[in-house]
Amino acid sequence: MSTTSSANTNQGIGMDLLRFATAGSVDDGKSTLIGRLLLDSKAIFEDQLEAVEATSQSKGHDYTDLSLLTDGLRSEREQGITIDVAYRYFATPNRKFIIADTPGHVQYTRNMVTGASTADLGLVLVDARQGLTEQSRRHAVLLSLLRVPHLVLAVNKMDLVDFSQEVYDRIHAEFTQFATKLNIPDLEVIPISALQGDNVVERSENMAWYSGPTLMHHLEHVHVASDRDLVDVRFPVQYVVRPKSDEHHDYRGYAGQVAGGVLKPGDEVVVLPSGMTSRIAGIDLFDKEISEAFPPMSVTIRLEDDVDVSRGDMIARVNNAPKPSQDIDAMVCWMTTTPLHPRQKLAIKHTTRSARVLVKDIQYRLDVNTLHRDQDTKELGLNEIGRVQLRTTMPLLCDPYSQNRTTGSFILIDEATGVTVGAGMINSGS
Amino acid sequence: MTATHSDYRLSQLDQLEAESIHIFREVAAEFEKPVLMFSGGKDSIVMMRLAEKAFFPAKIPFPVLQVDTGYDFPEVLACRDNWVNRLGVRLVVASVEEAIANGIVVDDGKTSRNRLQIGTLLHALEEGGFTAAFGGGRRDEEKARAKERVYSHRDEFGQWDPKMQRPELWSLYNGRIHEGEHMRIFPISNWTELDIWDYIGREGIEIPSIYFSHQRRVFERDGMLLTESEFNPTRPGEEASERTVRFRTVGDLTLTGCVESTASTIDEIIAEVAVARVTERGATRGDDRFSEAAMEDRKKEGYF
Repeated sequence: MSTTSSANTNQGIGMDLLRFATAGSVDDGKSTLIGRLLLDSKAIFEDQLEAVEATSQSKGHDYTDLSLLTDGLRSEREQGITIDVAYRYFATPNRKFIIADTPGHVQYTRNMVTGASTADLGLVLVDARQGLTEQSRRHAVLLSLLRVPHLVLAVNKMDLVDFSQEVYDRIHAEFTQFATKLNIPDLEVIPISALQGDNVVERSENMAWYSGPTLMHHLEHVHVASDRDLVDVRFPVQYVVRPKSDEHHDYRGYAGQVAGGVLKPGDEVVVLPSGMTSRIAGIDLFDKEISEAFPPMSVTIRLEDDVDVSRGDMIARVNNAPKPSQDIDAMVCWMTTTPLHPRQKLAIKHTTRSARVLVKDIQYRLDVNTLHRDQDTKELGLNEIGRVQLRTTMPLLCDPYSQNRTTGSFILIDEATGVTVGAGMINSGS
Repeated sequence: MTATHSDYRLSQLDQLEAESIHIFREVAAEFEKPVLMFSGGKDSIVMMRLAEKAFFPAKIPFPVLQVDTGYDFPEVLACRDNWVNRLGVRLVVASVEEAIANGIVVDDGKTSRNRLQIGTLLHALEEGGFTAAFGGGRRDEEKARAKERVYSHRDEFGQWDPKMQRPELWSLYNGRIHEGEHMRIFPISNWTELDIWDYIGREGIEIPSIYFSHQRRVFERDGMLLTESEFNPTRPGEEASERTVRFRTVGDLTLTGCVESTASTIDEIIAEVAVARVTERGATRGDDRFSEAAMEDRKKEGYF
């Protein structure tokens, strides 16, 4: 039986998407907040809620412990903490949300970096009673480093400070002051009580002094479409489509996901690193030809000329192309127990290009709590971040991470174990 | 699909599609021998559609693997054949019956076919020398899946170690494996059940007819409605009757329950899913109900 596709009026079709990362320590009520967002947006099903209610009861709680909704793996449930990035989903009528839920403790910087790497928005929780802690500052630093364009500071447990405006104002001022040192284009500070639901979905009746949006309202309306680079054309070639069938005998298309800019048929383009130029003959999206392609579309591009293009190459504009670079200056987050040290050789994956790198120098280690740069450092340990100089075996077609999160990022891979050991954000290449 | 977006916004469904297509192409480019695990269920059909789009106008550059439990719904097998024929892909069938006959897995009469699939699947992957296997797992399905990576590394024994997973950043996937290991790939990790239905509706693609409301002789067991079948004899006290039902998931017919429903179009199914109060697995999958951590255990052993 085949399905008939009616003119679709379903909301899911036209909804947009917000990916956000949450950070907070075990006691900040992060799991409770996520549980509440899921529950209030009806993303929680009866069988899940029943399981949580039963577990809450067996633990002797007199309330439903919403944090149990999200603590997934058995080892975590036993320890009562979250040990890895977990992804959660919910939707309101106009927007779908993907939460990268990251644990907050000090040793899990790598998870926070992972969760933030794909996020449009970062949500940092603080306990109103504690105010800003070293940990909340660190979370803000990491979100800024990963260039997450929007940040929300949720001042939680307002119920435990009598919904005091003074407490909120103090934390707000302190954080705003701290944020001046960071790259945070958009900041919102929202007083909430995750446990009681104040200002999460419903406006709080206990905080009449607060005139800003509720958390859910902000998440639903924050404008993210303009965060993508629509100016600088970047198209990393992922796969060459050559059907070699009778019907499509001469078809040769370059498949990939647009990393920046808007591409149109007729545009003059350059293929890197060869530097050959051609024009876009057509852009295919499955069986349709489209008139323009922009991030993050996955399309197939045909060129007018028979130039040599393969995976790892990049299509850009003649007067606006990244410079092929073998000397890379980057911030690296180290993610494994054996430290990173100069002279080390690693594999690198940058866009669709893989190469090898030599670590030339570790310039400094960044203290993510104080932003102090320790220049005496000789290595980077697990969960440490530092500025590193790398030499690659072949040129990378890169941009500064601050300009493009796709062409400015890379991962480092241990060649012996095959494990991802580092994440890099490019400052510059030459 | 709209061809022009004057404001350069991509709907969430288009974003999910673009992400999944990116993953399919990445795997086809970097792995020597990928295979798509096709169950016949709606999730694996969406995967087939995404793979079709990723390589068009070329054919899908890898085969399709189906584990035949011997207890599959005939409607599902028919739908599978239509898809495979239309796309012109090679179908590899790994049969649980044969695996039992060859002593690869042991049918002790108590273990479900779903569980016997694990050994059958691992054997088929090894036999075929497959280095990457696409699966239709979604992170919204179950708590144990919420931390699954898109590229999920499996050791020489096909096992998944939740503590040894590689960090996954941006859209940079690390496909390095050693001899004998393989990678499970989950291209629709970020899709929800509703997204799957929206997409099937939008694309107008064929899914097995049992997803739609139909008349069926069913009986009640452990709170689930199961199909009357020679493979699943009724026990004392169980009585089959004809009801108007549909299936929310597709699997071993001895374990997969249906729900009473009159939803006979995609739009009606979407309306039903949107107000559903019980997860699809909780409602209709006997194999996930044995313990709260059931899925986690099966995943560690090498389940899909």
